[in-house]
Amino acid sequence: MADLTPEQTGARASLAEARWAEFKSFAKRFGRNRLGMIGFSITVLLVVAAALAPWLATHDPYLPSLTARLTPPGAEYWLGSDELGRDIYSRILHGARLTLFIVLLVIVTSAPIGLLVGITAGYFGGWTDRIFMRITDVFLAIPKLLLALAFVAVLGPGIVNAALAITLTAWPPYARLARAETLMIRNSDYVAAIRLAGASPLRIMVRHVAPLCLSSVIVRMTFDMAGIILIAAGLGFIGLGAQPPLPEWGAMIATGRKFIFDQWWVAAMPGLAIFIVCLGFNLLGDALRDLLDPHLRQRP
Amino acid sequence: MGQSRLWRAVRRLADGALTVAITLLGLVALTFFIGRIVPIDPVLTIVGEKAPQAVYDRVFIELGLDKPLYEQFFVYLGEVIRGDLGTSFVTTRPVIVDIGRFFPATFELATLGIVLGIILGVPAGVVAAVNREKWPDHLIRVIGLIGYSVPIFWLSLMALLVFYARLEWVGGPGQLDISYQYSYTRVTGLVLVDTAMSGDFAVFANALSHIILPAILLGYYSMAYISRMTRSLMLEQLNAEYVLTARIKGLREAVVVTRHALRNAAIPLVTVIALSYGMLLEGSVLIETVFAWPGLGNYIASSLLSGDMEAVLGGTLVVGAIFVFLNVASDALYRVLDPRSR
Repeated sequence: MADLTPEQTGARASLAEARWAEFKSFAKRFGRNRLGMIGFSITVLLVVAAALAPWLATHDPYLPSLTARLTPPGAEYWLGSDELGRDIYSRILHGARLTLFIVLLVIVTSAPIGLLVGITAGYFGGWTDRIFMRITDVFLAIPKLLLALAFVAVLGPGIVNAALAITLTAWPPYARLARAETLMIRNSDYVAAIRLAGASPLRIMVRHVAPLCLSSVIVRMTFDMAGIILIAAGLGFIGLGAQPPLPEWGAMIATGRKFIFDQWWVAAMPGLAIFIVCLGFNLLGDALRDLLDPHLRQRP
Repeated sequence: MGQSRLWRAVRRLADGALTVAITLLGLVALTFFIGRIVPIDPVLTIVGEKAPQAVYDRVFIELGLDKPLYEQFFVYLGEVIRGDLGTSFVTTRPVIVDIGRFFPATFELATLGIVLGIILGVPAGVVAAVNREKWPDHLIRVIGLIGYSVPIFWLSLMALLVFYARLEWVGGPGQLDISYQYSYTRVTGLVLVDTAMSGDFAVFANALSHIILPAILLGYYSMAYISRMTRSLMLEQLNAEYVLTARIKGLREAVVVTRHALRNAAIPLVTVIALSYGMLLEGSVLIETVFAWPGLGNYIASSLLSGDMEAVLGGTLVVGAIFVFLNVASDALYRVLDPRSR
């Protein structure tokens, strides 16, 4: 593999060029989708907020200030302060890190599990398929939030455990998706060619089937992000997710609940953050689906 | 000929029953394993931490924990089939009795929610499909997207703040004001029905003022899904050739949309509605917590916080089973309604 013939290098270069051209046309079409761009901007904003939280924050998110308890939004505390006098704006910024951490942890664990189960089931078929899909259906049959709650009850509260519990409920859709794609690819000529060339099933699945499932999996991921954030926030709200004093948005709403009628901003602000971020992911997902879905691609 | 058709119908029925049975078995297995890996020692919750070893061992054997895991599973399965879901140590009642007490409140709220969701969602989806890519479509799409993106417990808190505390249009958390709590007799467990039967209009009005806000929130939540699905089902129908034929015949557009397209879209819509009804049962966990609604969701959430695992798993099992049956029922209904699959 190390010594490539000039033809091979040339082929690689033109492949890279073609990919770049495709990316450019994709970016151009994406740029025309206004709602998609809004979603993309919100997502970028979330990443920036998480990355630069210590520099963008105006206060220490953990430092209580007894003289400034429950201050309304104003010049000193932009989004108000909570029952311990902590700045809500700074806490939301630091909470963005936790949100991003949970979402990424769930995505990088659940998508590979789903792909593995789905591709194996689709590729081998028969009993493997039946058993794997039956298990998937059982997981799909239980409401996600409820299943996550039961898992968290077992694992104990905490941010990593909440992410694990959500993973256990989030993989089945990916398995279904990957299986459907694999069933279509399995009997194609190019897979037969690779098989005749002596490739092992593992190699075919990892190198030749999985990459083709990726575009639909990525679209699905973008949609799932909003759902993951909402479930994580729900767990935090019930008190089974991130524990105090961590500035997790759902847990912050739970504290704010006690002051909802008089100091509404304590609960309102973190909820607004969740809402904006989820809206961003949903808008982005909508736009990506419109662009990547092969059935819609022909549309002018 | 006739016999083979009957045979096929029987086989399909048997197939369906087998699928349901396997899914339910998987559900029981799942709750069993969740229950087994719980770090709470079931013996210690009974005998307490200071019990002598002999007592501990006796209870250990009485609970059947010395038997192999598969044997324990069959014991558990037998109990579940007999409707024995264990005992809640918080309420000290059998879990199944608790669920029976809390279920009507959830049922009532979710049903009212789905009715509102259908009333709002189906017309919205039709309007969006007819005005595709025009402003009504975009508006309905954005309203739906907001429903998908907003944390429902937060929206509930904000709604309580605005409509209960500030505007005083609706009742607060709970099913009734405390002063009315004992002025009706519980018969069905459905608060609207029971208060209506009590004949006291003031109590009924109070109950209505309490249920309306959570029901509207649940309705909005399901509307987001129903309107989106209605839109895509309607678009599918409106692009069909028979719609073109109807238009060429000179039928009015309203007739084409409602009599032709909507009728055909209504069949798959049944499945959509059944699915979103199941989703409402899930959404009720958070909504019921916020509104202190004495339903199944609230029961499960509060049992979780007190570590009452038998109650949690029993509740999960029941809601999961309802989910499975809703799926099966919608499939069956689809077959009955769609003349092509007869």
